[in-house]
Amino acid sequence: MLSAEGLRHAYGRVVALDGVSLTLGPGQTLAIFGPNGAGKTTLLKVLAGLIRPQQGWARVAGGRRAIGWIGHQSHLYGHLSVLENLLFWAALYGVTSAQRGVRATAILERLGLSDQAGQPVWSLSRGLAQRAAIAKALVHDPYVLLLDEPFTGLDLAAAAQLRTLLGELRSAERVLVLATHNVDEGVELATDVAFQRRGRFVQLTPRAARGAAEIAEAYRRAMTDA
Amino acid sequence: MRELLGQAWVVARKDLVLEFRTRTALLSAVVFTALVLTVFNFGRDPTAVATIDLAPSILWVTFTFAAMLALNRAFQLELENGALEGLLVSPLSRHSLFLGKLLANLGFVGVVEAVGLPLFVLFFNVSVGPVLLPLIGVIALATVGFVSVGTLFSAMVVRTRFAELMLPVLLLPFLLLPLTYAVQATARLLAGRPLSEVSGWLKLLAAYDLVFVAVATLLFPHTVDE
Repeated sequence: MLSAEGLRHAYGRVVALDGVSLTLGPGQTLAIFGPNGAGKTTLLKVLAGLIRPQQGWARVAGGRRAIGWIGHQSHLYGHLSVLENLLFWAALYGVTSAQRGVRATAILERLGLSDQAGQPVWSLSRGLAQRAAIAKALVHDPYVLLLDEPFTGLDLAAAAQLRTLLGELRSAERVLVLATHNVDEGVELATDVAFQRRGRFVQLTPRAARGAAEIAEAYRRAMTDA
Repeated sequence: MRELLGQAWVVARKDLVLEFRTRTALLSAVVFTALVLTVFNFGRDPTAVATIDLAPSILWVTFTFAAMLALNRAFQLELENGALEGLLVSPLSRHSLFLGKLLANLGFVGVVEAVGLPLFVLFFNVSVGPVLLPLIGVIALATVGFVSVGTLFSAMVVRTRFAELMLPVLLLPFLLLPLTYAVQATARLLAGRPLSEVSGWLKLLAAYDLVFVAVATLLFPHTVDE
């Protein structure tokens, strides 16, 4: 379970979150759409425990150990190999030493990175580095996955592969929160859709049977009306 | 406690692997140490002031500035690809992060001192053989003190502009006490004074270590959280 209530946070006079509340259970995927500066990244940082909100609270069942985070940066050390990075992060997340290698190898294979396992991260292309960042976020098998513009830098095949993987995670009863400014990205994955503007959710509804075009139109209207 | 130390070791090991793989800061610090000792060796008038009077101050000035290079890089390597953000989202406790960084910095500075001490003996022709063990004790105690304070300030300034300039400005006033104690103890050891004359300075160094390791560990979480 991931829940938040009455979140408010400002950077000086700029309000990044203004009364945001949400509750997500197993198998739910919330796609948050909003323009640049809407407060999406701040919301994910609050949910991840990276920022303490000035008002309200956020809670994740299982605490920090249960969270996987894909942010704007890869969090990988350039002079460690991809595998060494995964083993390091797995150790920090409390994966047993016996399981670390198994998990890391499996996720690298799943993301098509087996051939790059021994390569230092600095030598990877942007797309491969983004895949390695996704592998890092998944290596401890998180219950809640927070994704901030996760498709950035991925080619079409890798983006499709990520969508399939996220779909599998949703089917495995994981909770996913996906923030993006691009309505076309990840809309098929969403069970719930939120439109965020100036720190507020101007709409938070189940996606139901709405398609990408319908949601894009609703988003355009919401951003105009708000 | 076991988890705290285990996670600290994971962080320290990663830092040391990165440092010994790139060797940039380590080589710079070692070369810096050799250069400073050379400059002091040729830049003094041995007929005006006896070597034995100058040597302890020169040793500690050299070690202090060489350590700055290590301390500057301690958190800067976490800025690569936003790794610090990843560490703060992870279940790694802030205290483990501090202890891990402290351990890695001690290892780094220890290597620089292990290279610097024989060079010091060579350049200044001082006899350290009979007092080697107590001298190592003084070096170890002083190093723990200033590296613990330095690790705290390194985290504090890492996200500021001109971090490399800010660190010495903030840190040096806090190093006056341990450096005074270390210089006094070293001077007495090199002058062949009895160990009973040194024990008071050693106790002061140990007290400084206890106080500042504890204070730095307690304050550290406030320096890294947003």
